[in-house]
Amino acid sequence: MSHIELEGVTVRLPSVGGDVLALRETSLVLTEQRIALIGPNGSGKSTLARLVNGLVRPSTGRVVVDGLDVADDGPAVRRRVGFAFTDPSAQLVMPTAVEDVALSLRRTHPDKVERRRVAREILAFYGLAGLGDRSVHGLSGGQRQLLALAGVLATDPSVLVADEPTTLLDLANSRRIAELLFGLEQQLLLVTHDLDLAARCDRALLVDGGAVVFDGPAQDAVARYRALAVG
Amino acid sequence: MSTTLLGLYRPGTTLLHRLRAGTKLVALFLAGIVVVAVRGPVSGVLALTVAVALVRWSGMGLRVLLRTLRGILVVAALLAAYQAWQQGWPRAVESVTDLVALVLLATVLTVTTPIDEVLDAVTVALGPFRRLGVDPGRAALAFSLMIRAVPTTIEIADRTRDAAVARGLQRDPRARLVPLVIRVVAEARATGDALHARGIGDD
Repeated sequence: MSHIELEGVTVRLPSVGGDVLALRETSLVLTEQRIALIGPNGSGKSTLARLVNGLVRPSTGRVVVDGLDVADDGPAVRRRVGFAFTDPSAQLVMPTAVEDVALSLRRTHPDKVERRRVAREILAFYGLAGLGDRSVHGLSGGQRQLLALAGVLATDPSVLVADEPTTLLDLANSRRIAELLFGLEQQLLLVTHDLDLAARCDRALLVDGGAVVFDGPAQDAVARYRALAVG
Repeated sequence: MSTTLLGLYRPGTTLLHRLRAGTKLVALFLAGIVVVAVRGPVSGVLALTVAVALVRWSGMGLRVLLRTLRGILVVAALLAAYQAWQQGWPRAVESVTDLVALVLLATVLTVTTPIDEVLDAVTVALGPFRRLGVDPGRAALAFSLMIRAVPTTIEIADRTRDAAVARGLQRDPRARLVPLVIRVVAEARATGDALHARGIGDD
């Protein structure tokens, strides 16, 4: 497993009327295989998740992945840490499914024929065989999310950060994506509102008001969150 | 959902599909120069005729193509009206036929060429400029994203129009233009994040 460390990290985000403190000073070491981030909307869990990939830069402190500082070694960190967004449409940048996966393979497969072959193999592996030449706009929500995950996992990251990957999906697709995520060998950092999913993780962080208010076994974190939500 | 073909590869076996991406890019570049340099409505109509013939050759149905190009045809109609008013009909015909011909030629390129091959061709073409500080891979990626932006922007425009209509604001230009600009900028940022998240463009 990768070793993810946040050392005294705070995040201030620019906003109308001045900066907003999105994450209070936080120090964490994340080494478990499956870690859930749960909490209310706007609590700071996505900000925390985005720090690990460098999509958000810390205002103070530092984020270190396997000894690499995200601020200094961003490209190397991003090769280790893949990120899946809530809305897969935001993640699909090429016109067709096979081209989108092939884009992720450009670094590792310089030969275009081989790259396309591997891209189609990856599509087949994720149950998208036959959809390679379809426009990404013409895929269903579940297919898009699968494709987005296939595109990220094609880069062979050692960590996958998934920011509410099942939120926009129906029950069947939600389960399909969940099984895929929990079948991965990679370390998984899962931001989710699905407490059943969160409870399956090895550890969970409950985030509220820009701070980690509970950190421990997933079942306990879920129980704490339910209590917090009820008030 | 957008039905545009511009930016979307359709597999096929025609000669146009089999030509190398670099050859088609150079041909498109030269065609662009010729279409713009040769003046007059006759040359414009000729260019449009050739472009339509190539569209047919590439295997695209005209009905699908017209549906794809409806947004551009609206722009072309407005351009024609303005040019006819300002400079007369010959100039209007020339402008519109040149515009539509170039869009059709670009569509032929994208429909018959996987974007991946366009990326490779642009990367190779820009190789000699590496010593001048140009990063061919990054420039090629920008080029392919530019192609990809066309259908995406049309889709955003469709969604923005629907949102305006849903509120009864279909005649209010602000209700269509302002959200369109904001959404296109947001899309550009999201695309940047998406590339960043996959570590693409870092090299």
